[in-house]
Formats: sequence, structure tokens, C-alpha cells
Amino acid sequence: MSDNNIVLRVEDIHKSFGNNEVLRGISFGVRRGETKVFIGPSGTGKSTLLRCINQLTIPDRGSVWLDGEEVTNSGARINYFRQKIGMVFQNYYLFDHLTALKNVELALLKVRGMSRSEAREKALTELRQVGLEDWADHYPAELSGGQAQRVSIARALAMDPDVILFDEPTSALDPELTREVLEVMKKLALQGMTMLVVTHEMGFACSVATEILFMENGVVAEQGTPDLLMHDPKFTRMKNFIGQFDSYRGD
Amino acid sequence: MDVLSILIDWSPYIVAGIAATLGLVLIALGIGILLGLPMALGQVYGSRPVRWAIGIYVWFFRGLPILVLLFLFWFGIFPGIGLGDLPAFVVGAVVLGLRGAAYQSQIFRGAIQSIGEGQMIAARSLGMSRFIAIYSVILPQAMRIALPGWSNEYPNMLTDSAVCYAIGVAELLTVTSRIVSQTYLTMPIFLASAGIFILLNYGGIKVLHGVERRIAIPGFGSGAV
Amino acid sequence: MDQIAFIFDILLPALMQGLVVTLKLIVWSAPFGLALGIGVAAGRQYGGPVLSRVCKTFVFLIKGTPLLLLLFILYFGLPSIGITFTALTASVIGFILCNGAYNSEYIRGALLSIKDGQMIAAQALGMTRAQAIRNVIMPQALRRAIPGLSNEFIYLIKYSSLAYMITVVELSGVGKNVATKYFIYTETFMVVGIVYLALVTITTVAVNILEKRVAVPGMNRAAAAQL
Ligand SMILES: Nc1ncnc2c1ncn2[C@@H]1O[C@H](COP(=O)(O)OP(=O)(O)OP(=O)(O)O)[C@@H](O)[C@H]1O
Ligand SMILES: [Mg+2]
Repeated sequence: MSDNNIVLRVEDIHKSFGNNEVLRGISFGVRRGETKVFIGPSGTGKSTLLRCINQLTIPDRGSVWLDGEEVTNSGARINYFRQKIGMVFQNYYLFDHLTALKNVELALLKVRGMSRSEAREKALTELRQVGLEDWADHYPAELSGGQAQRVSIARALAMDPDVILFDEPTSALDPELTREVLEVMKKLALQGMTMLVVTHEMGFACSVATEILFMENGVVAEQGTPDLLMHDPKFTRMKNFIGQFDSYRGD
Repeated sequence: MDVLSILIDWSPYIVAGIAATLGLVLIALGIGILLGLPMALGQVYGSRPVRWAIGIYVWFFRGLPILVLLFLFWFGIFPGIGLGDLPAFVVGAVVLGLRGAAYQSQIFRGAIQSIGEGQMIAARSLGMSRFIAIYSVILPQAMRIALPGWSNEYPNMLTDSAVCYAIGVAELLTVTSRIVSQTYLTMPIFLASAGIFILLNYGGIKVLHGVERRIAIPGFGSGAV
Repeated sequence: MDQIAFIFDILLPALMQGLVVTLKLIVWSAPFGLALGIGVAAGRQYGGPVLSRVCKTFVFLIKGTPLLLLLFILYFGLPSIGITFTALTASVIGFILCNGAYNSEYIRGALLSIKDGQMIAAQALGMTRAQAIRNVIMPQALRRAIPGLSNEFIYLIKYSSLAYMITVVELSGVGKNVATKYFIYTETFMVVGIVYLALVTITTVAVNILEKRVAVPGMNRAAAAQL
């Protein structure tokens, strides 16, 4: 993988919690502007993988590279890399004591050292991007789940990241709210944002992903374009998994 | 009539006593925050030896009666380290403060621990250092959550401050008993003094509730009271 | 003088006598303090407008007044209007009033946390209101109030030292007398402190055991912990 369009490279990541071997050698590269979608049963280590990428969880083995620089073993410089690797969580994790605007501003002020007016302007721009400019002065408790998740996307965007990691961003949301969040993510993908997305939303995966990685038991079991994975008879495991999932949902 | 004129005669002393009482309380509460907050952080985020040392401190200062602590420091420790000349007022305020820190640290600790881990994770994911995350995400929330519990420290501190009578601090109770012994109007003077304490007590609580309302955030911390 | 000899030959034997007085203060105060707490809480919650007002005012006044001042009033003040207590009695009365007022707050909180359904179910079985309170509501409320009540009991242990300020020579009083006589302050008060620490720690352990003993499976501990 000497492709110089590769912005994020993950090499042979292993992670165990006690005797539980969660990640068993995961490698892939992400080109600028790509959207990679991760799918897989619960407990396969998808969240752990994302957290290993920005070192919120320290992998036992393997390395992560951002733009040719090593993210793993980077010591205090990890705080620099984390600005460049945004993250969006299932439960939003908005700062509960701050308004939507201040949520987006905080890291700009405290980490980037921007002036108040710069930070404010930037934060408002990002809120506009996710369609929430009018909600800037509301507190997290006053936002719907979909709005809260969009604020958290704006918060990640504000750092001008090279790549954003989404960990099941819509799993806590009703279908209605899921749609508004997915629309924002789709828009970002079209604008050329590089994204890694863990999700169960097959519709989103099929229409937006440049590649789907199906994870099972700590490894990438199948990997390819949505078209390939969905229609090539060579691939069965992901289809089986989605099949179960759909019939489960249909009940 | 008699009582009133006596109270008026003694009013400068009474005012000085009230000032000393409030001084003890405010200084001690201040020391309590300044020490209690870092202690709470140490207990949550510190290494094992740090947590252990703070645990011992808290156990000691919460386990001893305030009277014994005052005696220990006033007669023993301060003279022992060459600070025997410290005024009783200073010793009283410091001892109340050291003890208050032990209680306050547990209020702050509970508040910090009640904040979901997601707040720290989100902060770190944005590239904040641990220090910045604690300072600008965890503490602002913890302080709000802690305030209702912390407000209880005021009445506790106020009533405990009266024990400084035992080492001769000229606070309100000391002034009261001095007036009683000079005038022999025992009951009325005691009751008047109790009235003043009660006013200071509930007056202060009112002020603190006002502060709580002012810094309230919609939907935040209401469940944690 | 040799420190070890001082502590073991002089201080500890003297403190034992003080400890007896301290325990006497606690043992006399705690049961009545609990009873008063239950009475005041019930009066405030279930009494008529007058009784509940009286209970509320009682708590308001006691909580607003420093305990030491209350002891002064009982011991130095009341004789001036013809009511005289021994120092020990005055102390015990003061501790009961104070302990009772604070206990009542925890019990009231626990009473408020018991769901209405309990009272309705008891009355549906033909119990009177009083019977329902006694047999259904209180047993649940008291369990929930245990953490708060035991806290107050620990406060009682520590604040029993204030009896010394009205001439009851209990644990800290003995300590003070010995320290003054031998001019050994730090060690003496440290040892006195350790005795209190021991009392407090033993109580804490005992309370934890008690709490497990009386725990009802599935009954909400979270609500109690919040108090
Ligand atoms: N901090 C941790 N300590 C111990 N075990 C952990 C920890 N984090 C995750 N695990 C375990 O690692 C395994 C993988 O968890 P992970 O959250 O990465 O799975 P996932 O694929 O994201 O699942 P889901 O779809 O449910 O979110 C699980 O068995 C989980 O219990
Ligand atoms: Mg997950």
C-alpha cells in the first residue's frame, strides 16, 4: 500500500481484554475522500477498532498511520492526532453543561487556542453545515437525539479533521431522527470528507460506502464494494448476517 | 426593655462576635474548597499511593470530634511546630478548614464520579489533554452537581464554628457567654444569641439557593440533587 | 517521662473511665433520639396542620442553633427560670433533641420515598391509617433511612465530646485533664482521637452488617443511598 492518496493506514491491530481476544490482526488503508463502512455482529470489536485508531484504547500490537506519521506510540503528540481524527459516538457525548455552540467552540478555544470571535464564527459555520444554526444557544438536554448527534458531528468537523470515525451514530435514534443524521453524513461524504462508519444501516452503507468491511470474531471476514458484497455469490457471510438482522427486525 | 437596652449596650461586641463567626465560616469554607477539590481529583484520578494518602486524611479528619481536633492543634500541634503564638481565631479557622476539606472532598468526589465516562472520552477524542479535559469539561459539571450538597457545608460549618469557644476564639458564642456572665440575664441573652445564629444560618442558605438557581442549566444536574 | 509508659500507665486507664461516660451519653441519647426522630417525622408527615407545624418549627430551631449553645441553654440557662438538670442529664437531653431533629429529616425523606400504593394497599386490607403507618410504611422507611440514621449516630459519638464544655468529664474531658496535668498535649489528643476513630470505625462496620441483615431483596437501595 504505497498509494500516496492513503490518508489513514491501520496495520495488524491486535487487542485483548484479559483472555478475550477482541481484535485479531486488522489492516486496511483509507484513501482521502473514501467512506468505509464496518458491519458485523455485536461484540466483534468494531468499537474497539475505532478506539484503537485514535488511541482511546491502546492496541496490544500493530500500528496506525495518519498521513505518513505514526499515531501509535506518539506520546503526548496523540492530542495533535486526535484533532485530525474526529470521532462521533453512539450516545453523542455532548458536554452537558454547554450550549450547542459552546460544545463546538470548546476544543477550538482550549486546544486550538483560537480567539473567541474566530472560534464562534467557525462553530456557527459548522452548525450551519449540520442545519442547526438556530439551535446554537440550546443545551444538550433541550435537543432531540438527532439534533444532539448533529451537534456532535459539527463538534468533530470544527477541528478540520482528516478523517472522522463514526461509531453507530444512529443506533440510539428513532427512524425519523436516524434519517436526518444519515443525510448529514451523506452530505459530508459527497463533499469529500474521509469517513469510517460503524453502522447497521444497510441502505446508507450501500448508497454511500466506497467499501464495506464485514467484521466477525475480530477479523475482517469479507471486504469489497457494496455491489460486490451484496451480489457476488462468492460472498455469503455478510449476506447471511444481514438476512438474520432483517428477519429479526421484521418480527 | 431591660434586655433590649443591654443588647444595645453590648452591640459592638455582638457585632464583633458575628463578624468573627462569619469570618471563621468563610475562611474555613475557603480552605475547604482549596484543599477539598484537589483532594477529590486526587482520589479519582490519582495514583494508588495518592488515593491512599488522601483516604487516610479523610478518615482521620472525619473521625475525630471537632473539639478534640481543636484541642489537638491548639494545645499540641501548632505549639509543637513553633506556631504557639498563632491567634486562636487563626487556629480555629484552619482546623475547621482542614476538617471541612475532608468532608468537602467527598462531596466533590461523588460529583466527579457521577459524571458519565463519555464526557472524558469525548473531550479526549477532540485532542484535549487530560488536564484541559478535567478543567474545562469535568470540573464545571462536577461543581454544579456538587453545589446542593456543598451548600449543606455552610450550616454545618456555622454550627461547628461555635465549638471554637473551647479555645477562646471571640466568636458569637464566646461573646454570648461573656455577656451572660456580666449581666446575669441568662435566658434572654442565650435565646437572642440562638436567634442570631438561626438568622445567619437560614439567611446564608437562602443566598446559596439563589446562587444554585443562577447557575442552573436546563436539564442538567436536576436529577443529581 | 517515657512516652510509652505515659500512654499505657496513665493515659489509657484514665481514658477508660472517660470512655465509660461517653458510652453512657451515647447509650442514653441514641434510642430516645431515634424515637424522637420517628415521632417528629411522622408528626410532620401525617399529623394535622398544627402538629406538623410544631414538628417543622422544632426541626428548624434545633438545626439552626449550634449544639454547644443548646447545651449552654439547658445547663446554664434553664436554672435561671427554675429548671435544673445535672450536667449529664442536660447533655443527654441536648443530644436527644439534636439527634432527633436530624434523624427526623432522614426518616421524613424515606417516608416521602415510599410509594402511595403501599398505604392504599394496607388500607384496602382494613388497616387504619395509624396501623398502616406503623406496620407497613415505617418498617420500609426506616430501612431506607439506615444510611442517614447511622451517619447521625456517628455524629452523636463525636459530638458527645461537647458535654465536656458543660463539665461532664467524658473521653475528651479526661484527655484534656491529663494533657494539662502532664503538659503532654499532642500525644494525648492523638490517643483520644484514635479512641474516637475506633468507635466510629466499629460503628461503621456494625452498620454495614446491620444493613445487610435487614435488607429486603429487591427493595430499592438506590433510593436510600441518595438520602
Ligand atoms: N474496556 C473494556 N474492557 C473489557 N472488555 C471490553 C472493553 N471494551 C470492550 N470490551 C469487550 O470487547 C468486545 C468487543 O467490544 P466492542 O464494543 O468493540 O464490540 P462492537 O463490535 O462494537 O459491538 P456492538 O455492536 O455491540 O457495539 C466485547 O466482548 C466487549 O465486552
Ligand atoms: Mg460498538
